Amino acid sequence: MNTIYSINGPVVKVRDTKDFSMGEMVYVGQKRLMGEVIIVNDAATTIQVYEETSGLRPGEPVIGTGSPISVTLGPGIISNIYDGVQRPLGKIEEQEGAFIGSGVEIPSLDPDREWDVTVTAKPGEQVSPGQIIATCPETSRIEHRVMVPPHLGGTVLTAAESGPHRVEDVLITVKDERGATHEVKMCQKWPIRTPRPTKTRLPISQPLITGQRVIDTMFPIAKGGTAAVPGGFGTGKTMTQHQIAKWCDADIIIYIGCGERGNEMTQVLEEFGSLIDPKTGRPLTDRTVLIANTSNMPVAAREASIYTGITLAEYYRDMGYHVAIMADSTSRWAEALREISGRLEEMPAEEGFPAYLPSRIATFYERAGYMVNLNDSEGSISIIGAVSPQGGDLSEPVTQNTKRFVRCFWALDKSLAYARHYPAINWTTSYSEYLDDLAGWYNAHLGERFLRYRGRMAQILQEESQLLEIVKLIGADVLPDDQKLIIEVAKLVRTGFLQQNAFHKEDTYVPLEKQLEMMRTIWYLYKKALIVVNERQIPVATIAGSGLFDKINKMKYDIENDRLDKFDSLRQEIDSTLAAMN
Amino acid sequence: MSLQYVGLKEINGPLVVLDKVQGVSFDEIVEIRLDSGETRTGRIVEIEGERAVIQVFEGTEGLSLKNTKTRLTGHTMQIPLSPQILGRIFSGAGRPIDNLGEIHATEFADVNGKPINPVSRVYPRNYIQTGISSIDCLATLIRGQKLPIFSGSGMSHNKLAVQIVKQAKIGDGEDFCIVFAAMGVQNDVADYFKRSFEEAGVMSNVVMYLNLASDPIVERIMTPRCALTAAEFLAYELGKHVLVIMTDMTSYCEAVREFSSSKGEIPARKGFPGYLYSDLASLYERAGIIKGKNASVTQIPILTMPNDDITHPVPDLTGYITEGQIVLDRGLDNQGIFPPVSVLPSLSRLMKDGIGAEYTREDHSAVSNQLFACYAQVQDARSLASVIGEEELSDTDKKILVFGREFEKRFLNQGEDGGRTIDETLNLAWELLSILPRQALDRIDNKLVDQYYRPEVFEAFNKENG
Repeated sequence: MNTIYSINGPVVKVRDTKDFSMGEMVYVGQKRLMGEVIIVNDAATTIQVYEETSGLRPGEPVIGTGSPISVTLGPGIISNIYDGVQRPLGKIEEQEGAFIGSGVEIPSLDPDREWDVTVTAKPGEQVSPGQIIATCPETSRIEHRVMVPPHLGGTVLTAAESGPHRVEDVLITVKDERGATHEVKMCQKWPIRTPRPTKTRLPISQPLITGQRVIDTMFPIAKGGTAAVPGGFGTGKTMTQHQIAKWCDADIIIYIGCGERGNEMTQVLEEFGSLIDPKTGRPLTDRTVLIANTSNMPVAAREASIYTGITLAEYYRDMGYHVAIMADSTSRWAEALREISGRLEEMPAEEGFPAYLPSRIATFYERAGYMVNLNDSEGSISIIGAVSPQGGDLSEPVTQNTKRFVRCFWALDKSLAYARHYPAINWTTSYSEYLDDLAGWYNAHLGERFLRYRGRMAQILQEESQLLEIVKLIGADVLPDDQKLIIEVAKLVRTGFLQQNAFHKEDTYVPLEKQLEMMRTIWYLYKKALIVVNERQIPVATIAGSGLFDKINKMKYDIENDRLDKFDSLRQEIDSTLAAMN
Repeated sequence: MSLQYVGLKEINGPLVVLDKVQGVSFDEIVEIRLDSGETRTGRIVEIEGERAVIQVFEGTEGLSLKNTKTRLTGHTMQIPLSPQILGRIFSGAGRPIDNLGEIHATEFADVNGKPINPVSRVYPRNYIQTGISSIDCLATLIRGQKLPIFSGSGMSHNKLAVQIVKQAKIGDGEDFCIVFAAMGVQNDVADYFKRSFEEAGVMSNVVMYLNLASDPIVERIMTPRCALTAAEFLAYELGKHVLVIMTDMTSYCEAVREFSSSKGEIPARKGFPGYLYSDLASLYERAGIIKGKNASVTQIPILTMPNDDITHPVPDLTGYITEGQIVLDRGLDNQGIFPPVSVLPSLSRLMKDGIGAEYTREDHSAVSNQLFACYAQVQDARSLASVIGEEELSDTDKKILVFGREFEKRFLNQGEDGGRTIDETLNLAWELLSILPRQALDRIDNKLVDQYYRPEVFEAFNKENG
């Protein structure tokens, strides 16, 4: 029997054994703590343990399972809350009480729950890898599609009747081309560190609509795209992620709380349970999976939680769904890598992080994409990863390495957050490379003027930042009036458009059509006011004094999302107010 | 009858190595008896085969390779708990040091605690009125929250903490108590807290764990753990609302660093170990409220930012874990403004759900947003004025400067006694906002402006200032 030789925090070594394979899941000690083999050599096998190792002794047994660390895929994942290695926290609470103990073994999916399954495969039929053989309603809005595992195909020998089934029930048996018979259950296992196979990757063409103006208009993210949200503490990373998780038009949300606050996870649980999605009239939990490995839970499981999350996402993508992953925060995951690397006494690269940090970050983000699945359906995974740079300094290794592998970068800005300008996404340092890929979609759905107005807003902000350089030196009073107007209008773009109130009923989610009308109205005001200033020599201060800017500023609150006709009268009001000036 | 091991293999800083040990478990507590009869306590921090590395709480001074006998206790670090701990003073490792005798423990608890299952938490919403306008209005403290004070050497963080304790309406009709953990603070600071608790008449509801600046650093690492274990006991076993004050977290982190470097670990930033985040989280995350219990653990950790640098690893990592922060500002402190709360970087993450019509007043969130926005403009106007002179500023900017001065003088500055109710605080905020023209209030819904804006204040100010 293999026994523990040494213990150092979450790292355990077994000496003189050839029994374990790389990445194998093992049970460590009398309490059967979950662990994973991370180094194998002829002297010792090194294991990282996913649970608290207090009380472990040398000489206690280490038992291999023969398979790599995996998740169980089947109905019952949606609206569940798991820890980093897919143990259901709700069931753990029933068994252990309010505090999480160690050595808890609970199946990821409820084995006793019966699902109303419709089996579509028939005996004699040919099935290919990934093919859908049965369906069942998983939540009110998600239909679960049971698929043939990715490496299996052949002739269906037997098929179960439609009706109530449990996750461990065999739905069909398949005879492959070599004549071997395989059972296909309602659930299947998949190793978390291996991406699930697909047919091909499609080019990016559709936006992931979030209802957040600064994102949808200025720095859009695509379905199948990747984005990073870096920002120091208090700049609103978590808030941004919550807003996207609530409102984006993905079918399924996987929210990974990786080394973050416990209260935040509770908030997501409570809030998503009570929030009703306006599009479907169902609670948001019906499309959400939570993975909660809070900062005080064992560090090795934090490292695994990211992979657990993305594997669940890939499973639903294979069914033909659009999945969005919120990873909050990838820095904690990188720190978990660093902590384990330190315990292994590996040679550190930058700031103590291991040299393989960039390649690990890359393999994670590369699992996103818009894919044609094995069963020819199309699905996508979009990843939105928060980054918590040390000291708010964006030049640190995790931010820099993330920047290389994502195409959308929403830099959160401390000074904006201090002024409570939320979302505090800085419009000069952020970027989205998807703008060109998505231009076709925007033009087809909103007309070409959408991107034209976007360009104008960006231009006003750009001109403002140049003018502010001058203002900083000599004050605003000396600027000519047309430049003063730019400053006033830019302020409008910032507070009236980019800034968005997540707690306001109308403003928390804004459809693209309203975003368009808002830009159009701001631009309209600018054009008209410019004429007034240039031709009628009316000072900008007079226009500002008329309350017109104030009115436009509050159009986001005053005009309901379904009353876009009010914009016409607002523009008429601009005309009449300006005309009445002298 | 447990085995005793004679002698040691190696001594290095606070660590000793024991060889040829059998049946030792990770994290276990050992007793080291010196030939002189003195007993010290240690903890197993690493095991390799028969070799065990022990961290000695009281330090290794006086130990030699052969003058010790080491005994394994068979359990992890525990402290004795009973309802009698209230009013008592303990050392950083949980031993009574007030000469009132031992504790008759009703139970022993592992100081490391266990993580709270996120499913079992209740999201904190119940706000605590501290009577301090800058906190109540702008960074509201919520029961079950962890809200640190970021300060610097020589600033009045201790005074602020004491004032919060005195004024916090945490105890109205409900069972409340305070757990105080001092880590590496000077003797007079510990005394100051003790005296203040006595003056406030709450000493019988206080448990103190003291590790002073001259005490061993390994004990310092255990101090907050002992305190939080006591807090959890008082909250979840006895049903009390517990406020935990921990000072100074910077000393604690430095102790962790010292210990880490003596173990020869690879440092991350500024020599602190890579696991500092996880280590701090294992303390801060012990704040919260658990379902089905009328009890809570609220934390106010205090830390001094070295060189007032908020990007230093200690405040930085703390800010990433805690639910906001109250930052003190040396400039305001020098002007004699108390409490010198630096408005812009201060934040309470839980406040958004604990304020509003149901808890405080319907205009609270909009008002605080507006104050933040206006005060941010004050900073811009000031930096502009420092370049071009105040005379050259536009009228809007001049007005903003007036607002800034009044805001600091009347809103922030409220002296040491003088709690304000939330209504008083918000009314004062409106009075100050009314210095500005109505249109400037771009963060507030028109309805609220109609209701609360005071044009007469605006007029009066306009007359005064031409």
